Amino acid sequence: MLNKQKGNGMKKTLKLLALATALAITGAATAAAEQVKVGIAAEPYPPFTSPDASGNWQGWEIEFMKAMCAEAKLDCVVTPVAWDGIIPALTSKKIDMIIGSLSITAERQKTIDFSDKYYNTPTGIIGAKGDDITPTPEGLAGKTIGVQVSTVHQAYAMKHFAPAGVEVKEYQTQDEANQDLAAGRVDAVQADAIALDAFLESDQGKQCCDYKGEVAEDVDVIGPGVGVGLRKGETELKEKINAAIKAIRENGTYEAFSKKYFDFDIYGG
Amino acid sequence: MVGDSFINWSLLSLSAPGWGGLLLQGFLSSIEIAVGGYALGLLLGIGGASGKLYGGPLVRDLLECYTTVVRAVPELVLILLLYYAGTDLLNQVLGAFGIGTVDISGLMAGIFVIGVVQGAYSTEVLRGAIKAVPAGQIEAARAYGMSPFMVLRRITLPAMLPYAIPGLANLWLIATKDTALLAVVGFSELTLVTRQAAGATKAYLLFFCAAGALYLALTLVSNVFIGMLERHARRGFAEQR
Amino acid sequence: MTDETTHALAYTPEDLPKKESFLKPHRILLILLFAALVVAIAVFMRWDWLPRYLPRLGSGILVSLAMLFSTAFLGFLLAVPLGLFQVTGPSFLKVPARIFCTVIRGTPLLLQLWLLYYGLGSLFPQFPAIRQSFLWPYLREAWPYGVAALTVSFAAYEGEVMRGAFAGVPAGELEAARAYGMGRWTMFRRIWLPRAIHRALPTLNGETVLQLKSTPLVATITVVDVYAVISKVRQETYLTYEPLLLLAAIYMCLTGTLVVAFRYFENRIPTRGA
Repeated sequence: MLNKQKGNGMKKTLKLLALATALAITGAATAAAEQVKVGIAAEPYPPFTSPDASGNWQGWEIEFMKAMCAEAKLDCVVTPVAWDGIIPALTSKKIDMIIGSLSITAERQKTIDFSDKYYNTPTGIIGAKGDDITPTPEGLAGKTIGVQVSTVHQAYAMKHFAPAGVEVKEYQTQDEANQDLAAGRVDAVQADAIALDAFLESDQGKQCCDYKGEVAEDVDVIGPGVGVGLRKGETELKEKINAAIKAIRENGTYEAFSKKYFDFDIYGG
Repeated sequence: MVGDSFINWSLLSLSAPGWGGLLLQGFLSSIEIAVGGYALGLLLGIGGASGKLYGGPLVRDLLECYTTVVRAVPELVLILLLYYAGTDLLNQVLGAFGIGTVDISGLMAGIFVIGVVQGAYSTEVLRGAIKAVPAGQIEAARAYGMSPFMVLRRITLPAMLPYAIPGLANLWLIATKDTALLAVVGFSELTLVTRQAAGATKAYLLFFCAAGALYLALTLVSNVFIGMLERHARRGFAEQR
Repeated sequence: MTDETTHALAYTPEDLPKKESFLKPHRILLILLFAALVVAIAVFMRWDWLPRYLPRLGSGILVSLAMLFSTAFLGFLLAVPLGLFQVTGPSFLKVPARIFCTVIRGTPLLLQLWLLYYGLGSLFPQFPAIRQSFLWPYLREAWPYGVAALTVSFAAYEGEVMRGAFAGVPAGELEAARAYGMGRWTMFRRIWLPRAIHRALPTLNGETVLQLKSTPLVATITVVDVYAVISKVRQETYLTYEPLLLLAAIYMCLTGTLVVAFRYFENRIPTRGA
């Protein structure tokens, strides 16, 4: 009898606790304004996105985001997420769009939607100085190449290099792949030519490595350029963004902030 | 190169060209998550332990499943699952009740994830501690006509504390270290901030050592408080060992 | 870490369900519900990717297990001196052993791993002597860093356990050994060490399960263990829940197998008077 009573009391306490917990989790988070969370990869990816010492994100892509959001009248908030979970973060609504040098590919379009492209750069390969590497399957045979996971470069390396006997090593961030090239753990790194250039200009990059050339084109894998990643079915947002990209291209804003970073047209042909 | 790659102390200075301030910010958010997650875990643990000891067979089995899964699956996997699925699920449940979705901030998600993991651990610690309370004390309280809640508040909880504190203290230390795993889902706590700083400056050794020192300091300071707490809770107990 | 805490963190042999307990009505109901859930997951979620990845999953599991057993073994070998020095060593051994355990236990394993791989590992190639040495092919790989970090971590936690175990061997037994005229080494080998290991065994089970739970961290330094294979599935299929659920199930099975094996060995070791 006594036991029974205790059990009931406990159940009540349990329920109260569960309720309190649920409130504690949700309570503070309900105050949501009409913000658009822009997902970027939480890693240094110069010159596109990179954290500075005061914790702010900066780079060409951040400037693009600001200009585009201002044009489209969106209240954009930078939300860093892990690169390898950036598409799940979008589909599970942790973020509302991806501005993370995400190439438009058929494979990704099965899962998410893209705006029009906002930049397009070639894909290159770097390696240790004095190492005679050519950016071809034959030139890399027997070597180890580092790529960032879930990138077009990984897909490219798996398709073209791996069958030729190249060991493909995958890294969570581009920066780690570069670091391992400098540390001599891989022989080459394949990535976006502009991002590689930024590494080669750093102290570490200058010392260890140089540019070995562009890889042969394969639009099926590399895609036509980089676009804003969006959830499927959000056509209104997509049209807003497309219009904004077009507008900043036409009114000179795009050119103005791009000049600070590049001496060529990053939009591509 | 070898020299300036790890003796460039100015990289750690607190204001802008140095990354020290950012590291401390990350450290603060690590502590925030650890405190929040630990508290949530404790709440879940009290509920879980009571349920396991006094609940019906169904409640007990369900709690057994919860603690078994958390104790058998790596924290890293749980954190990924909870981070993506947990918040999704919560929104769907809230949606089903017509409350509408909530925007779960990074901090809340982090606390939730660490809390659920810690909840299973503290369930086990508290269950062990409650079981160590002599049954006679609880029976005596009941004989005095105390309500079950009062027995819990006045007898069981205070009497079990000396048994629970060493375990709970360890859980706190584990909570502080588990926050580092949130780096894998891109949460800006100390470990991720450290990695970003290291990546941006290429001073890997310096930043990882600095972060290690911060974690270690937290552990050592915690240990001092834990020692004080243990002595306080054990007063009136016969000296053991 | 005390015995009870390890038990709270890791699934251990005491938690194994008993056979007869499955036949209660509410359990049968729960089992049926669980079966229904599994069927629903199998039917309504996407699993078409599974056959393609099976071979890689298999080798991933092997890598995880190799990581677990090699580091638990090496770590235990290190833990014995660490524990012994803290109990009886001269201060020039005692203090470093203490500091080692405190530092390793006071910092996250993930950080230690990255410190070794990206921090220390990136210094090596700057010394031509290392680059030309026979070790270089190994230092280029990721797994030695994973093994090193996991071994060190296991040694520090288990070293603490061994310290308690060495200290807990009744002084009378050691005195008796001395009275028999055993030398220090013989006494250590025949009495102290076996008794201490015996005392530490239940915790060793828990620590090994905890070690299994730590192994997926090596995936963050490019070791392709089962966690890394699942990450690859996630990246290639853009699925989140299915691969992670499978991964959780795989780890449950691994832990379960480990725990059943422990139970088997425990039953074979006589425990009279322990």
